[in-house]
Amino acid sequence: MKRMSFGQATVDATRLAMREDERVIVLGEDISWGGNFGQFRGLLEEFGPDRIIDMPISEALIMSASVGAAMTGLRPVASMSFLEFTMGAMDEIVNQAAKMRYMSGGQVSVPLVLRASDGILRSSAAQHSGSLESLFTHIAGLKVVAPSNPADAKGLLRSAMDDDDPVIYLENKSITAKRGPVPEDDHRVPLGSASVVLEGTDVTLITYSAMALRGADAAATLADDHDVSAELIDLRSLWPLDFETVASSVSKTGRVVIAHEAWLNGGLGAELSARIGEELFADLKAPVVRIGAARAPIPFSPPLESAVVPGTDAIVDAVLRVLPS
Amino acid sequence: MRPPTGPATLAGFSPEVALPIHATMVRIRVFETRVTELFAAGRLPGFVHTYLGQEAIAAATCRHLRDDDYITSTHRGHGHAIAKGMPTNRLMAELFGRETGANRGRGGSMHVADFSLGMLGANGIVGGGFGIAAGAGLSARRRGSGQVAVCFFGDGGINKGTFHEALNFASVQSLPVVFVCENNQYAQFTAISRTSAVGDLAIRATGYAMPGTTVDGNDAGAVYAAVGAAVGAARDGDGPALLNCVTYRHSGHYVGDAEVYRDATEVEQWQAADPIGRLEEALVGAGWVDEPDVGAVWEAARTETAAAEEFAASSSDPDPATALDYVYTHADGVDP
Repeated sequence: MKRMSFGQATVDATRLAMREDERVIVLGEDISWGGNFGQFRGLLEEFGPDRIIDMPISEALIMSASVGAAMTGLRPVASMSFLEFTMGAMDEIVNQAAKMRYMSGGQVSVPLVLRASDGILRSSAAQHSGSLESLFTHIAGLKVVAPSNPADAKGLLRSAMDDDDPVIYLENKSITAKRGPVPEDDHRVPLGSASVVLEGTDVTLITYSAMALRGADAAATLADDHDVSAELIDLRSLWPLDFETVASSVSKTGRVVIAHEAWLNGGLGAELSARIGEELFADLKAPVVRIGAARAPIPFSPPLESAVVPGTDAIVDAVLRVLPS
Repeated sequence: MRPPTGPATLAGFSPEVALPIHATMVRIRVFETRVTELFAAGRLPGFVHTYLGQEAIAAATCRHLRDDDYITSTHRGHGHAIAKGMPTNRLMAELFGRETGANRGRGGSMHVADFSLGMLGANGIVGGGFGIAAGAGLSARRRGSGQVAVCFFGDGGINKGTFHEALNFASVQSLPVVFVCENNQYAQFTAISRTSAVGDLAIRATGYAMPGTTVDGNDAGAVYAAVGAAVGAARDGDGPALLNCVTYRHSGHYVGDAEVYRDATEVEQWQAADPIGRLEEALVGAGWVDEPDVGAVWEAARTETAAAEEFAASSSDPDPATALDYVYTHADGVDP
């Protein structure tokens, strides 16, 4: 184990994959300079401009060229810096990348990874902050991952790059600089496997991405101040969903809080909550409670930004609400 | 634009090249004519856009391509599929939505593809092929395969942002991509003269530092010559080109289109400028074929299309239990 940042862990994963497989190329904006968060630092030096390709600020092209390359023998990783920029490539993501395999009757796969920074960090304001994962989890044909720590960042990126279908890899900008232990070997985290970060008996707290960190803080507060034992789940993969891990925890605790940074309405929490209600109703001792951002574009002014994004306190409060009084 | 007149150009053609191009054009014409009838009779699901009147472009272009070269196509893609070598029985079966179709009935008219022939798919999104072709060109160069990618698109597609993004990228990277505009002068129902700031669409190449040429798209010989130069340059590493092949749809945007936006005289004049008639006039005039030879080509095409229809009509529909197959590459527990 070596301590490194989330961003460095993704460089590590990319380097290993590129050494192993000549078909891997990286296309994105400013990547030869290392990327906005250091996610590509050092790759140009090792692999050269034929494989580390600085792209014009043409998001639709970055995505469609990746689709074309993926269908003709390469394994591209596309980078869009900020997740909001992928909105300029939604046609290519939804209508081309996600559907091509199906439309062709299985003639072709589209093995590509789209990396983009989501989340909320220091007044980046509405067009550079946000959580749009449910736009992608909604689409048949896509897979979506959202790691919360450097080890998973490496392991999930390795698995995403191994995968034969398009994977949206969301790297939360508020945690990209955070450091943690990362296995040095060929570490992989399978897609579709959630992590039980903390075992508990009173309530299931379902999180992912940056919210997993706030969930851990909330669980500590709940244990210390309220004598509550929370089981903390970090989904890691948003599609495919590891519902088995969720279900076994819910069956044990009977109480559920789902916390994400994305807008509450139509968010992944709504999907999870519905599925828990449909499949595990008999196990529930209280209604499922969701925590998410208020329905507003993420504001610029720091106190406003804090006002719309749920913090640790909101999670603690929600857990106390689902517990018997 | 005035309809062109006179026989097709034979300079640069030989019988060995021209006759197979003619046969391909006739095969497309007969196939699409029958598709129109089948759709009108309610025998095809969905909706179809036929290639009638534009046959010279696909047939002459694909004659320059290797089996492993790539093409991207449009919503009007049957002609491209046939010209790239897709068997018409598999194409027809796809239009019928059968399991034996090229896409196992999952794609239909607007998504016909044959990746074994480098046919990267018709595409229901106007302008959907630009970036895919650029990516295929990037891939070909990276792999050192010597392959070329041809991007077919219409005058409607030329106003998509992806046109500009892809031409710029292909040029700055000097990719082996040829952009072939099938300028049938109407983007769906709207005349290109009302939606493009420049009349001669080839001018747009200037902004991307690549050659741009306007070609009589109803002259198979002219298309063959222009594409030959562009494909040759792309294959030699000299980068992309834009060809503006001016043509005309013989029928509406889709089968059933009432065509209130086109003047009847204009339609009549352009139908008289038929690319197949002009090529036959040249071929017979030069003595490369005689009338019975031409008739035999049409008869063979009718026989082929009838067989394709018989194959499609007698094929099975996909099993509804397989509706979720092919969403992902590996099933391994992934719900679509």
